[in-house]
Amino acid sequence: MQVVLKKTGVLLLTLLLVSGFAFLAFEIIPGDPTTMLLGSDYTPERAAALREEMGLDRNVFLRFFAWVTAFLRGDMGTSYSYAMPVREVLRGKIAVTAVLSLMSWVLVVAVSVPLGIALVRYQHKPFGLIGNSLNQVLMAIPSFFLGILLTYVFGLVLKLFTPGRFVPLEESAAGSLGYLLFPALAISLPKIAKTARLLRASILSEMKRDYVLTAYSHGSSRWMVIKNHVVRNALLPVITYLAMSLADIVASSIIVEQVFVVPGLGRLLVASISNRDYPVALCIVVMIASVVVVMNYLADILTQAVDPRVRLM
Amino acid sequence: MIDTKDRTFRVGAGITAFMLVLILLGALWTPYDPNAMNAAEKMASPSLRHLFGTDNFGRDIFSRVLQGTGSTFLIALCSVGLGLLAGLLIGGLTGFYGGWVDEVLMRLNDSVTAFPSLLLALVLIAVFHSGRYNIILALGIIFIPSFARIVRTEVARQKALDYVANAKLMGVKDMRILFVHIMPNILPVLLSSVAIGFNNAVLAEASMSYLGLGVQPPDASLGRMLSEAQTYLLRAPWYALFVGLAIVLLVLGFGLLSEGLGGDGHA
Amino acid sequence: MKKRILALVLAVLMTAALCACGGGKSPAAQPSDTPIGSAGEKAQGGEITVGIAADLDTSLDPHVSSSSAGTREVLFNIYEGLVKPDTDGNLIPAIAEDYTVNETADTYTYTLREGVRFHNGKTVTVGDVVYSLTRAAGLETGEPLVAELGGIAAVEAKDGKTVTVTLKKPDAEFNAYMHAAIIPEGIDPAAEVVGTGPFRFVSRTPQDNIVLEKFADYWGTGAMLDKVTLKVIPDGQTMVMSLRSGAIDMTNHLTASQIADLQDLTILEGGSNIIQALYLNNDFEPFRDVRVRQALCYAIDREGVIDLANDGHGIPLASSMIPSMGKYVVPELLELYKPDPEKAKALLKEAGYEKLRFTITVPSSYPAHVDAAQVIVEQLRAAGIEAEINLVEWATWYDETYKGRQFESTVVGMDTHSLAASGCLARFQSESGKNFINFKSAKYDETYQKALATVDDTEQTALFKECETILAEEAANVYIQDSASFAVMQKDIAGYVFYPALYIMDLSTVYRVQ
Repeated sequence: MQVVLKKTGVLLLTLLLVSGFAFLAFEIIPGDPTTMLLGSDYTPERAAALREEMGLDRNVFLRFFAWVTAFLRGDMGTSYSYAMPVREVLRGKIAVTAVLSLMSWVLVVAVSVPLGIALVRYQHKPFGLIGNSLNQVLMAIPSFFLGILLTYVFGLVLKLFTPGRFVPLEESAAGSLGYLLFPALAISLPKIAKTARLLRASILSEMKRDYVLTAYSHGSSRWMVIKNHVVRNALLPVITYLAMSLADIVASSIIVEQVFVVPGLGRLLVASISNRDYPVALCIVVMIASVVVVMNYLADILTQAVDPRVRLM
Repeated sequence: MIDTKDRTFRVGAGITAFMLVLILLGALWTPYDPNAMNAAEKMASPSLRHLFGTDNFGRDIFSRVLQGTGSTFLIALCSVGLGLLAGLLIGGLTGFYGGWVDEVLMRLNDSVTAFPSLLLALVLIAVFHSGRYNIILALGIIFIPSFARIVRTEVARQKALDYVANAKLMGVKDMRILFVHIMPNILPVLLSSVAIGFNNAVLAEASMSYLGLGVQPPDASLGRMLSEAQTYLLRAPWYALFVGLAIVLLVLGFGLLSEGLGGDGHA
Repeated sequence: MKKRILALVLAVLMTAALCACGGGKSPAAQPSDTPIGSAGEKAQGGEITVGIAADLDTSLDPHVSSSSAGTREVLFNIYEGLVKPDTDGNLIPAIAEDYTVNETADTYTYTLREGVRFHNGKTVTVGDVVYSLTRAAGLETGEPLVAELGGIAAVEAKDGKTVTVTLKKPDAEFNAYMHAAIIPEGIDPAAEVVGTGPFRFVSRTPQDNIVLEKFADYWGTGAMLDKVTLKVIPDGQTMVMSLRSGAIDMTNHLTASQIADLQDLTILEGGSNIIQALYLNNDFEPFRDVRVRQALCYAIDREGVIDLANDGHGIPLASSMIPSMGKYVVPELLELYKPDPEKAKALLKEAGYEKLRFTITVPSSYPAHVDAAQVIVEQLRAAGIEAEINLVEWATWYDETYKGRQFESTVVGMDTHSLAASGCLARFQSESGKNFINFKSAKYDETYQKALATVDDTEQTALFKECETILAEEAANVYIQDSASFAVMQKDIAGYVFYPALYIMDLSTVYRVQ
């Protein structure tokens, strides 16, 4: 119980640290929210008045403290760009990004595990060699470019979906999922390649272990050894990696949402940073950070479970 | 199994050597001035005159690929190197000693990982100012957490092994154990993450250039050229194709090389 | 982190200063002024989706002149003033049926049109007009919301249908600013969007869409379409893909390089109504010398920039005047600097800057300006000048370059908010807060002030032209072009028209072909 409490404490501390960094970041980067709001009407006097009105004239630490306490009370603040509560601005966008990320993650898990095993099984066959090279190539394609290629091939040539015409979740869940499949592919393909490659490497290194040699000496075929002994052991580090990659996926969705015109958190984050709409940006940063931090924790725990000799906590 | 590795290594080495020759060639000579524009030859398709065709300003894409591969390679190599060095140091120490330092550094690490790289890049530009090679610093910093995490896990794993306990019993100093005994054992594991990092660097360079970090136009870099090429995907598909090919070869060569060297660790 | 992250808010920068300018407007010499009708039947009704590059501003308050061009062009469909601009660059009666000016040009009397309704069903009264103008001119707060209306001294209702506007000093061109929106008395437009335009505001979803609906009780020829959804698509390539896939029916600010992949759709060409130039910080040491600035003018070939960066689609500029503002343009100035790298070198040598080096700051979210800058760098190289591009994020550009004036040179486009010449010229007065290039010329200030004080139209136009000539001769900036802007729509959409000088997207004339 105490361990859980301690872990939760540390987790919250990390989130506090992240939001603190984000707060500082907005202090450092040029471009003041008042400038963006005032546009060509900017005069030092008006800016000063607006800063006071927005509470920006106060010390950054005071403002951070105020923000944190409000956030803990469930008050996420008011968006500068939209003059409405951040909660309102985020409404509906969280679900879209969550669905997209989960879909990509499921794709990664469902495809990369069998693929990684197959790559080892057919290591010396053409399938293994071609698969391995293809993997390397997939890993080398930037996701925004992959997004454009997928749009072109599946959207414009094969007409499997209409690029740019996203169906909102509440309108039709099936239609929405059908559209999101393509951005999910753009996110997951490079990750599938990485995971499969990792699993393959993990299996190969596991096969050098003594117990495998023992199994061989008992007359088991290579495939039997892989299937019965190796995969289970080799899978554990991969699971750790998969836990961490969900965080990575949430981050990649930022780019892919732009390409596929998906109205999710990613587009909002990018827009709010450009417009210096800090309340919105901070909220999204904290949300994404939560996913990353929680997933990293799980990864840590899993690593420990894999190899109890490792003492990380 | 041995000969597969060997073959992988040889293919990787061959591709990398080929790319290095191209980079060297690009540094010394290009068929055209990579920045020279020509209104009469905009968007020309590949021909003997222009091997890879020309871009929207009539610039020779082959010359630009030669030049761009060089700058991209340099940026990727240096930033991964920087991230790796810092990662080794941070991850090594925290993994070896554990305790509250480990806890604090790993939380810091988590915070940086969880931080949107767009915001991080903007902060770095504000601090270091935009410029041709500041991207190395920025990308290097972005890479530190992932390297540190891997190194930490590996060091912690190694620490529990007998040889470390033996060395301790023999009175070898901690630093010596860490850097002389443990590090060489985890390097192979790091190789694949270096390959992946190299890959990420090439890709990140494209988006960073757009924010004003890194190679500024009109100078060529593969990442920047790829984002330019996407505008002309329908009209001049060869533009994206040749640039993409250069990126793939660069990354592929490194990937195979690291795999051939035995880098099949846990990235 | 992707690219194109920064929304394409087109040239937000220019607000016209208060001034008195004479005369009406002559039709602009643009290829796009005539409505383009397609073959086929005009269909009344239906709905379309229009792609826009940036989400609208925080507040849809029509009196906030700091609004981005992208917001203003949409609000044109929702709000109207006493008068409104037409496609020929004239002002036509809107909420006012008629107006008269007294001889000294300091009192304007407007007669309201009968039966004009707001979107909330109420009829427009003199009270609404007085409320709107008082608010926009800041008569109660002392700070005008619409800078151009700062010249108003008083607004009074004479009777149930007449309103008089008294000015602080004579202004023969005051009517040009009276397209300021009329809103219902007592309503805060930041909270509630109620106008009299052909479309009414229905809803908006941040970073996704804005929905407009036809206003059935519109006083004039109403909108053809029943419903328009404006979809926010910040990435240019994605916009092109969405047009090709049919996800959107129309968009109106594509560049020459983007339309190449859209040849099977309807493409209309018009001006962007911006002044694209290599703006020079006149306070940067080498640029203090007029010979250095002139050398740059000789080194840069604007036709070359247009050919290379815009496939030849652009109108060359020689000074700060939007070409569609016909009568103010001084075409002879184009002859002033003929591309001549040798002459540039000679001038630089004379000024003692044989090895000139400087940076060009460019906002990275504007590919058109980045492209132009690349060509400029190449042209300068031929004249032995070493220029380096420095890409920055839009907010950074605004903060450091525009507001902070910390730059050496920059390639951007400036637009104007009004049909008055002052919209383009006011900023170059030495003490103007918008004079981000630090241009200082006593002669310019004097001529400009004289122009403002002149009531006679011909005389005033001549003075404004002289201002432009000073800018060109002093080589305040290296003027490049008003680049072409393309409106692209599906084959079954027609009726879109361009407006001269201003940023307007008139959706009321757009219709589906049956």
